[in-house]
Amino acid sequence: MSLSDDSSRLPSPLAARIDNATLTYGGRLLFDGLDFALEEGLWTCLLGPTGVGKTSLLRLFAGLEKPDAGQARAGAVSYMAQQDLLMPWLTVIENTVIGSRLRAEPPDYERARVLLASVGLADRSGDYPRSLSGGMRQRVALARTLMEDRPLVLMDEPFSGLDAITRLRLQSLAVELLRGRTVLLVTHDPLEALRLGDRIHVMAGRPARINKALTPAGDTPRDPADPALLAHQAELLARLTAAADADADAAATAAAAAAAADGGPG
Amino acid sequence: MTLLRPLIVFAGLLALWQIFVSLSGVPPYLLPGPGQVIVTGFDHAGLIAGHAWVTAAEILIGLALGTLLGGASALCLAYFRSARPWLMPILVISQAIPVFALAPLLVLWFGYGMASKVAMAVLIIYFPVTASFFDGLRRTDPGWLDLGQTMNGTPLAILRHIRLPAALPAFASGLRVATAVAPIGAVVGEWVGSSAGLGYLMLHANGRMQIDLMFAALFTLALFAVALYFTIDTILRRALLWQADN
Repeated sequence: MSLSDDSSRLPSPLAARIDNATLTYGGRLLFDGLDFALEEGLWTCLLGPTGVGKTSLLRLFAGLEKPDAGQARAGAVSYMAQQDLLMPWLTVIENTVIGSRLRAEPPDYERARVLLASVGLADRSGDYPRSLSGGMRQRVALARTLMEDRPLVLMDEPFSGLDAITRLRLQSLAVELLRGRTVLLVTHDPLEALRLGDRIHVMAGRPARINKALTPAGDTPRDPADPALLAHQAELLARLTAAADADADAAATAAAAAAAADGGPG
Repeated sequence: MTLLRPLIVFAGLLALWQIFVSLSGVPPYLLPGPGQVIVTGFDHAGLIAGHAWVTAAEILIGLALGTLLGGASALCLAYFRSARPWLMPILVISQAIPVFALAPLLVLWFGYGMASKVAMAVLIIYFPVTASFFDGLRRTDPGWLDLGQTMNGTPLAILRHIRLPAALPAFASGLRVATAVAPIGAVVGEWVGSSAGLGYLMLHANGRMQIDLMFAALFTLALFAVALYFTIDTILRRALLWQADN
């Protein structure tokens, strides 16, 4: 596994992209002329300090936020959040087909059963979410995501609430079942990004910038014990530390500017 | 077992009452013992049943109308932000003015019949139903709404499959309060002016020192109110079985 930038690779058609986007959130300028594109059929992982705007970027792709300027194009997406977002009043199978219900279409229970079987929950389709473990609930969320059958899947830390072993298993399952789709995964965990990502970006600064992708070699999910992966992890941690420092510097500069403005002539 | 314990408590209270009446020597025209009340109740069963039917109808119609009206108001408040400043004062006023003070006016407007009592019951339950349901609708998990949006859900389907079920627990607590207070509205209405109903019968019996008949009517009212509450509560519990804490 070598540390290479994506320049060596032929560019594939761009499934989803953000062009020259500007976004203000809570009075703060998050993005200013941001460009970012996802490569079709690959997993793109996005790391960065808390509050840098990773979730906002995901929401731009999902169409849940509109940029103040510029544009976001993604087409049909499905969305997996940190919370499983299962409806507690619906059984597992009804949760799986909620998308068709919301579009007032007849639900395809047969396909839902196949998908529930593929996430290992064939025998739980009549249960309510409260009787499931966190890992099982997130697997139902995965089945619901697959049920939507959208080319682009957006994931906002869907594995972060799980214990280590459950997380590893669910990561592998997700890679297997989402193969061929374009995935954008927002995560806090460098190891997760290195296990799953074809392209790994670090997002940093105010307004946020996204640096060139790290593209670890090898098929996903990668073995966490692979020495090359661990070497990458050191590199990634260095980038994240630099990003966090830049973030702190930017905050300090902003605070100093505000103080200077307050204490101005007088 | 769950039914047995309240029955034991109830029987114990009746026994205490009987003992008090027997030992203290209170004249029966002031406080009859429970035995005498029960006998009188059976003697006048037809009379009581006739009046009970009127009161029950007032309570049930009031409950249905008040719930519908409160539910519709809550939906308006949740969906039409611009309507909030207009509807909120009505909601608060409906709760701030004591219904008891309005009762004579309502009788004047809606007459001696059922309509004025139904109006009282509606007024008294409108606030708890609207406030709780609105609160439930307002607190829909934004994550669910995001999910609905990325799934291209229609607004009506999102209301039906996400917002309404999510608001059901809050709505249920409002409806429970409403069920408990609706009989108050109906009976107060009957006290102010009526020619039928358990409230009327109680006032009538009281004026003629037929305290045993008054108690029998009161028992009937309490029995109906409790039965109604448990019926509604059971239905709501069934509908909310999915809640983790049930």
